[in-house]
Amino acid sequence: MIANLFKNDKAMAFVLVILAVINLVVPLCNLIFAPGSPLYFSAYTVSLLGKYMTFALLGMSLDLVWGYCGILALGHGAFFALGGYAMGMYLMRQIGSRGVYGDPLLPDFMVFLDWKELPWYWYGFDQFWFSALMVLLVPGVLAFVFGWLAFRSRVTGVYLSIITQALTYALMLAFFRNEMGFGGNNGLTDFKEILGFNIQSDSVRACLLMASGMILILALLISRSIINSKLGRVVTAIRDQEMRVRFLGYRVEIFKLWIFVFAAMLAGIAGALYVPQVGIINPSEFSPLNSLEIVIWVAIGGRGTLYGAVVGAVLVNYTKSLLTGWIPEIWLFFLGAAFILVTVLLPDGVLGLWRRRLQEQKQ
Amino acid sequence: MFNIILRKFGAKSLLAPIAMAAMVFAAAVHAEDTIKVGVLHSLSGTMAISETTLKDTMLMLIDEQNKKGGLLGKKLEAVVVDPASNWPLFAEKARELLTKDKVAAIFGCWTSVSRKSVLPVLEELNGLLFYPVQYEGEESSKNVFYTGAAPNQQAIPAIDYLMNDLKVKRWVLAGTDYVYPRTTNKILEAYLRAKGVAKKDIMINYTPFGHSDWQSIVADIKKFGSSTKKTAVVSTINGDANIPFYKELGNQGISAEKIPVIAFSVGEEELSGMDTKPLVGHLAAWNYFMSIDTTKNAAFIKQWHDFIKNPKRVTNDPMEAHYIGFNMWVKAVEKAGTTDPEAVQKAIIGIEFPNLTGGTSKMLPNHHITKPVFIGEIQDDGQLLTVWQTNKLVEGDAWSDFLPESKPIIADWTPPISCGNFNTKTKKCSGQKF
Amino acid sequence: MKSNCIRWCGWAMIGFILMLPTLSIGQEGSSDVAFSAAVVNLKSGSMQERGLAIEQLAGVQNPRAIVILQALLDGRLFKLKTDDKLVIGEEVDAGYQLIDAKSAESLGTVDRSATQKITLTNSLRTSLRKIIGRLELNDDDAGVRLAAVNVMGKSVDDESLALLQDHLSVEQDKSVQKAIKLILGLEQLNSPDKATRLAAINLLKEQANQNVVNRFNELVEKDAEGNYLETDSDVRNQVKTALVKINSQLQLYAAIETLFFGLSLGAVLVLAAIGLAITFGVMGVINMAHGELMMLGAYTTYVTQQLMPDQLGLSLVIAIPAAFIISALAGIIIERGIIRFLYGRPLETLLATFGVSLFLQQTIRSIFSPLNRSVATPEWMSGTLQINDFLSLTWNHFYILVFCLLVFVLLLQILKRTRLGLEVRAVAQNRNMAKAMGIPTGRVDALTFGLGSGVAGVAGVAISQITNVGPNLGQAYIVDSFMVVVFGGVGNLWGTLVAGFSLGIANKLIEPYAGAVLAKILVLVFIILFIQKRPRGLFPQRGRAVEG
Repeated sequence: MIANLFKNDKAMAFVLVILAVINLVVPLCNLIFAPGSPLYFSAYTVSLLGKYMTFALLGMSLDLVWGYCGILALGHGAFFALGGYAMGMYLMRQIGSRGVYGDPLLPDFMVFLDWKELPWYWYGFDQFWFSALMVLLVPGVLAFVFGWLAFRSRVTGVYLSIITQALTYALMLAFFRNEMGFGGNNGLTDFKEILGFNIQSDSVRACLLMASGMILILALLISRSIINSKLGRVVTAIRDQEMRVRFLGYRVEIFKLWIFVFAAMLAGIAGALYVPQVGIINPSEFSPLNSLEIVIWVAIGGRGTLYGAVVGAVLVNYTKSLLTGWIPEIWLFFLGAAFILVTVLLPDGVLGLWRRRLQEQKQ
Repeated sequence: MFNIILRKFGAKSLLAPIAMAAMVFAAAVHAEDTIKVGVLHSLSGTMAISETTLKDTMLMLIDEQNKKGGLLGKKLEAVVVDPASNWPLFAEKARELLTKDKVAAIFGCWTSVSRKSVLPVLEELNGLLFYPVQYEGEESSKNVFYTGAAPNQQAIPAIDYLMNDLKVKRWVLAGTDYVYPRTTNKILEAYLRAKGVAKKDIMINYTPFGHSDWQSIVADIKKFGSSTKKTAVVSTINGDANIPFYKELGNQGISAEKIPVIAFSVGEEELSGMDTKPLVGHLAAWNYFMSIDTTKNAAFIKQWHDFIKNPKRVTNDPMEAHYIGFNMWVKAVEKAGTTDPEAVQKAIIGIEFPNLTGGTSKMLPNHHITKPVFIGEIQDDGQLLTVWQTNKLVEGDAWSDFLPESKPIIADWTPPISCGNFNTKTKKCSGQKF
Repeated sequence: MKSNCIRWCGWAMIGFILMLPTLSIGQEGSSDVAFSAAVVNLKSGSMQERGLAIEQLAGVQNPRAIVILQALLDGRLFKLKTDDKLVIGEEVDAGYQLIDAKSAESLGTVDRSATQKITLTNSLRTSLRKIIGRLELNDDDAGVRLAAVNVMGKSVDDESLALLQDHLSVEQDKSVQKAIKLILGLEQLNSPDKATRLAAINLLKEQANQNVVNRFNELVEKDAEGNYLETDSDVRNQVKTALVKINSQLQLYAAIETLFFGLSLGAVLVLAAIGLAITFGVMGVINMAHGELMMLGAYTTYVTQQLMPDQLGLSLVIAIPAAFIISALAGIIIERGIIRFLYGRPLETLLATFGVSLFLQQTIRSIFSPLNRSVATPEWMSGTLQINDFLSLTWNHFYILVFCLLVFVLLLQILKRTRLGLEVRAVAQNRNMAKAMGIPTGRVDALTFGLGSGVAGVAGVAISQITNVGPNLGQAYIVDSFMVVVFGGVGNLWGTLVAGFSLGIANKLIEPYAGAVLAKILVLVFIILFIQKRPRGLFPQRGRAVEG
């Protein structure tokens, strides 16, 4: 059945295989081989890759919305950050009495701000199952409410893009407020344990990378099967001619809404996987510029292909990691130029070019 | 042509992780003929405005040390990276510096959140960070040396000055809404209340980062200060928001003689980006002023001007903090005979180094240093004129005595305590991984 | 000749005093001795001695004393590094034009580095102002006298009260008389005589003044034991009725002030957004580099100011067309170089222009350094338009408001009345049809984008007057600009104007109750909800092109 999904899409299969190999080999090599061995991958590589995997998942979830549904969401980072906060709250509660002030219940920043009791919305986050549920529910419900309002009133195009931006901007300002009880500008940090394991140990890090990779592969497969289903075809049709689909009798907003909610949940998962690997979540993840960057990953990789978003996210972030170390003073020139060149010269993204060449070869 | 691009990009994108792994490997086998020093300051994004200068300062200090013959017979090599004002990226870059470049110490960070983000990485990999900015305290890590001011080295003396010398009776505590102003204002409020200031005579106001429209708030301050009691503003407003704030103050006619504003985040460098005419007479509290007349300071300023090739550039407090921190590290490495972090951590406590203002700063067991406190008035050339100073160096206190939770806590990294968070009541060391 | 003599005598005498400190009797009168000694002490390094010297100078009867004190207050008093002489300097291009402080003799021009400024602290500045105020009470100019009275009124002591009382009898000018009466009236409130107090209240309640309000409020307050500070109930009642009236006035003023704050915040928003209303609204380009075009304008202001440092006002006026041209050129280059390849793919313009914005930011950072640049505000734009003690409007915001309206009207006229405007509207409505009618769409696109960018540059000039000029300037405004354009309705300049002002006023109305952050959040939530109700903004475009 899985093979069916890629009948006409070798690239997708190729990306999946690469992902699977990396996500098995790197963590295993990290654990098996000793530092210094040529086959050893350092913890730096592992955590970096783990971060890329979560970004790839985030990019892919946006591609569902933008590439297949035609909704240019400029606030997708909000769902990522919300998922991240849900996970961060779990990790905060796991610190327990090992915090700076040794309070068994309250996180440090609350003790510090003279809070006497835990706010109601922090209850339950000491349980992993509850937090995992919230990772899905919080972004999902927000996407549902927002989407339901927006799609029903037929807000489209740039209006929709800008109000998604307003959404993430408003959330950023709100989370910056210390009164909100999410740690203000500093956010949530200083995590110790996840599911009882030391969050800084090599094996946990390797497991997190593997989990991120597996979830990414799984998400790609599920998304692909959704796209290949009837639902997916209707959604693609909406992207191409919304009016016509509406006149054919489809409830356009319902289709859009489901994809939007599903993508938001995927973004939430990505955020939840991101937080334990980078060790901090703070309101700047909500910043409109971050959301804009996600759009750019997708565009660079090539929208409307799913795997393009994966490649784009990894490519852009890898370039960034390299350039900020190599040419820290002028790297923005290169990043800026790359964005311009890719948009002007490669309208289908980097992978679009590759696909085109494959087709040429076939002919 | 497209084929070429494809080969370059397409192939690279897929091989990226492999290439990266190869690079890590290459770095590991690189011959160790230099001692590497990591410089972790944002060169782009919102914080570049403040941090770029510190990067240049570090390059200057390292350059100078190399001219003196390096360290332990080896040359120093600066490894500069750009964390781009992105807090998670700070952690990633710190890890890169420590594992890939194998730096002996990191000099960097500005905002508290960037330090908090780097902290777990430092503790995991046992790296060293020298943090040069005044901050809110409530922290003392085994791996961090705080060369900027703790609240008791800046805020409390400033309040004493306003209260005793300027006879201020009414207080506006205005700050940007993040942890440093929140803590400082909390400490100051407790301090003022203890000194008998009534609650109605304290106005606290928080604004978001980069706040640019100050009309209403300045009007409020004006109203608050229109009573017969002498009023002062204690400003913990962060960098960028200061310029529109002071502009609005000047325009609404609030002069330093009516309502003085004392700032903890406005120094020479911030002033160099402002039109200082309307600001003359407003105050700032720091541990260093460029205007302080000592031979050491004059030499430092000259060295800076020669290095940066611009005689108009100013020097400021965090630069001095890096100057002290770097030299303390050099002395500690020489004393220990190695750059091994564990040995340096032991050796550096008690190290003394003359600061630029005529005193001798000392690294304390709580990883903070002793500093003098100066209060200066802004002059129209953008310099700060000292109007008050402590008569001896003040010891940095990691855990404020004015906050009930942190009062019993002390930090002492020498045996037998060896803990950054030791509760003197319960005799327990908490919040530590060791 | 005479001044020369005094100068030589003075110097001889200083030498005398320095060499023979025990000989305190000079060849001249004792006041001149005191004068010279005070002048020497002014140069002392210690602020305390400097303060004493100021007091001394104020006490001597010498016409130069007030000149020296005034120069000291204005920061024009220097010490020559070469021979330690006290001089007054006027800033000129080559450095300072100097005159001897004691003799007023011209000493030519020297370089800035040859002088050292005699510095002041706040406390010295305050006492200096008071002293000068007293000395100036006899000035010929009524304006100077009024200012002097107001300075003295700030901290009243018995000495200055007596001085003012005396002066009132000789003062001819009405406004100065009024100011003196106010100060004396405030003092009469302390009188033990009830009738005097009541008379003073009657006199004072007609004059809106902060001091009056403060004093009145004090009169009705209770002390720690719950007793009224003012023991007489008649007086209290009179004060209370006066306060009711004054407070209703104050509320009115506060409302006007809030409205002004809102309008001026709105003006900034409109200025920032109006260029975008053209590039984004009319052309459909999601121009993420809009903020950076504003930044270019702000930096142009900085550069023009650097080029003509002595002509602040003029440089600002010149900066407006200069910024327009530079930003417009940058816009045309962006359009011709990048955007023209992307028409029909509006969302991709977002990516390319985001790249452009990164590029421009880094360029500015490389050229001007990442530090903020200081842009000075000319005299006529700083300070306030003081309507009365409770209501004052800041000039810079006032000018920006006027400027914003001017730019808007001009832009509207360009789009309505000129050939370019006609062509722009034609291309915006139907590109292919316009092309078929012979309109050179390529040229029109370039010019339209140039126009929008140029307006962004002009907005940058205005913004440089209220906030910091640095590489991040653009990012601070880009999100707000998009909100304003979308809220107003894409493609409608009037919409942008109304949206900008209403968002500004809404923000300022909420701010006192909710604080700055919550006010902004609430406004954003309002925009989100509003778009649900009217999915095409305040002033939606109509016609077939809309759904396309």
